[in-house]
Amino acid sequence: MMVGCPSAYAVQPDEIMSDPVKEARARDLSRELRCMVCQNQSIDDSDAPLARDLRLLVRERIGSGDSDSQVMDFLVARYGEFVLLKPRFTPHTLLLWLLPPLALIGGGLALWFYSRRRSNAAAATDPSLLHLTEEEEARLQRLLAADAPDKRA
Amino acid sequence: MIAEAGHYALVLALGLALIQSTVPLLGARWGDHALMNVARSSALAQLLFVAASFAALTMLHVMSDFSVVNVFENSHSMKPLLYKITGVWGNHEGSMLLWVFILALFGGLVAAFGNNLPLSLRAHVLAVQGWIAAAFYLFILVTSNPFLRIASPPIEGRDLNPVLQDIGLAVHPPMLYLGYVGFSISFSFAVAALIEGRIDAAWARWVRPWTLVAWIFLTLGIAMGSYWAYYELGWGGWWFWDPVENASLMPWLAGTALLHSAVVMEKRNALKVWTILLSILTFSLSLLGTFLVRSGVLTSVHAFATDPARGVFILLILCLFIGGSLSLYAWRASALKQGGLFAPISREGALVLNNLFLTTACATVFIGTLYPLALEVVTGDKISVGAPFFNLTFGPLFVPLMAAMPFGPLLAWKRGDLLGAAQRLTAAGIVALVAIAVVWAWTYGGSTFAPLAIGLAVFVVAGALCDLAERTGLFRVSLGVALRRARGLPRATWGAAFAHAGVGIALIGIVCETTWNSEYIGSMMPSDVAKVAGYQLKLDGVTQRQGPNFREMIAQFTVSLDGEKLSVMRPSKRDFTTRGSSTTEAALLSRGASQLYVSLGETTAGAIAVRIYHKPLVLLIWWGPVLMAFGGLLSLSDRRLRVGAPKPAKAARALQPAE
Repeated sequence: MMVGCPSAYAVQPDEIMSDPVKEARARDLSRELRCMVCQNQSIDDSDAPLARDLRLLVRERIGSGDSDSQVMDFLVARYGEFVLLKPRFTPHTLLLWLLPPLALIGGGLALWFYSRRRSNAAAATDPSLLHLTEEEEARLQRLLAADAPDKRA
Repeated sequence: MIAEAGHYALVLALGLALIQSTVPLLGARWGDHALMNVARSSALAQLLFVAASFAALTMLHVMSDFSVVNVFENSHSMKPLLYKITGVWGNHEGSMLLWVFILALFGGLVAAFGNNLPLSLRAHVLAVQGWIAAAFYLFILVTSNPFLRIASPPIEGRDLNPVLQDIGLAVHPPMLYLGYVGFSISFSFAVAALIEGRIDAAWARWVRPWTLVAWIFLTLGIAMGSYWAYYELGWGGWWFWDPVENASLMPWLAGTALLHSAVVMEKRNALKVWTILLSILTFSLSLLGTFLVRSGVLTSVHAFATDPARGVFILLILCLFIGGSLSLYAWRASALKQGGLFAPISREGALVLNNLFLTTACATVFIGTLYPLALEVVTGDKISVGAPFFNLTFGPLFVPLMAAMPFGPLLAWKRGDLLGAAQRLTAAGIVALVAIAVVWAWTYGGSTFAPLAIGLAVFVVAGALCDLAERTGLFRVSLGVALRRARGLPRATWGAAFAHAGVGIALIGIVCETTWNSEYIGSMMPSDVAKVAGYQLKLDGVTQRQGPNFREMIAQFTVSLDGEKLSVMRPSKRDFTTRGSSTTEAALLSRGASQLYVSLGETTAGAIAVRIYHKPLVLLIWWGPVLMAFGGLLSLSDRRLRVGAPKPAKAARALQPAE
């Protein structure tokens, strides 16, 4: 299944920061950053040497007092948008972010119009469909009468 | 000899597929029964020859015949027998052979058990199967022949990728392919219906069991793959939103939607055109999955193939079948009569809502997976779309879907009573609120989102139970009567309840694992103790061992809780000399549905790097899908589907003379 990167052994003991709050921030950021030599692995999961360098870099920036967004900006400036596992909302990712909600809204609207058109059309063209004929009514009564004993059991 | 025989059998299978794809169509056109029946015999013969070809490749692998390129590149004489066999499909060529083998298997099943199908429908269905089969035989024979020889055979093989040397390879790909390829049957039925221009409730009744079979296998296949990744890759992740995982998730989402819309079609004769479209889309997504994995276009961790010829060939197959079937749909769908009106609040309406959310979820995965590719082709910009994106877009779609799920089965067909359904779900709602309160109080100060998600999951499970209680009249009538009614309920009803509960169970597992996972990362020396989630793990020592084709370093941990010894865990690291790579074999200790997870890292100066996780209720993530598949099986055993067609089978047989 997963091939390509060496068997994973992500965050190493010697990387962990002494301040647990900062370490937690580093871990959260690491999950949003891509190991660029692996396929679709975050640097938090990857064992590649590059991922380790990036993890250390993230911790170094956090250690020197950067905010989360400053760390991200720094990494994007250095490695490009490719490093982000969650692309930023920019003109060239507009479709990526907007298509899923548009699909939902569009599908919902299409359904709404469709059901309205169909029920209108059915009501307009063939009102007799909505009412039983006398013959059908009589047959229904017969069937109900025949079924009744079963239902009570 | 064996390799040549296998190759020849495959060529013959191609010939049979070509006959199967043309003659029955002519027969259907001319109304000639003998020609239509060619479909049946050629499908069975094709299965026979592909099976022979597959058996030949398996024998070559078992015998370690290194004069065959495929065996040389993916096998080793010292490899255990199980992995010699599973190694057959642990590579590109072999896995494609498995793909066509399963395709022929499904075709053969339709041929063998499709006696109650109208003759022309069966002829059309098998002909479409023949087209797909012929395209893939050609693909294998032209670009990926597994039977190629080497002029001067080497003595030893290059061994199979160590990560694949696992029981997971024996189960995961065959299951997944049974699912992927199983959807070809609903595709063929859909195309056959479009060609014939005729579709009715009986059609849905024939298609549903096949779709269900494929869905069950795909569900289990994905769950199995996820568990395999979880224990094999060594960091306890179980879903990575990897393009190849997405490739299997998309047909699953579309297939789940198809299952539900087929119900509407069968019961109410509505949503016909939509069901046909979903059948086409589901299999198209399976083909797309095959393309993404096999062409290497994503340079994914799963890709074996780097040869562009293969990619182009599969892309051609993809365009031909998807484009062809969609054009046919655009052309002929209007010929199919619409039936069955229903109000928005009704069982049909609920199932339409289910379809809307499932297909949107599927579209989200589709966009997320292919957008980076498209962007790179168009603008040259490289971006990544990973787990954080999908969690943010895919997750919210499942919230309304799951909130609506318990209401669906409680609504009546045609026109439902939402208030009445809500009243009958009061108990489930109360249970869910209690669950939220309890979890919130217990984890006070922690995540606010997790208790709500647990509440939603509990609502789904309790809702499924409510539905059963409502139908059997439990708590309203005497227990004996309720039990009798429970026995009388259609199996499909039980199946739906189990499957829906399975979704809730899986969500509980997912929320617990992602929110309350605790971990320990550190270097340990022998007799050091690590504490995780109340458990103490003492490193007893590290030993070396020689395996059949690897060397192994095993660490032994004694696990104790409150000073009481529970068990021993032995994680290890294996080094495979032939490929010069290593794998981590994590040790797992299950405590109820929770697990302790230990994996090893590098050793430095006598100390060994260790990762220990406590994953609460993690096993529910996989019990959920197993429950879903069990529900599917129950539904499959429903008398209605076993009987199959409304027409008695005997009468149909009597009309056909000997073939």
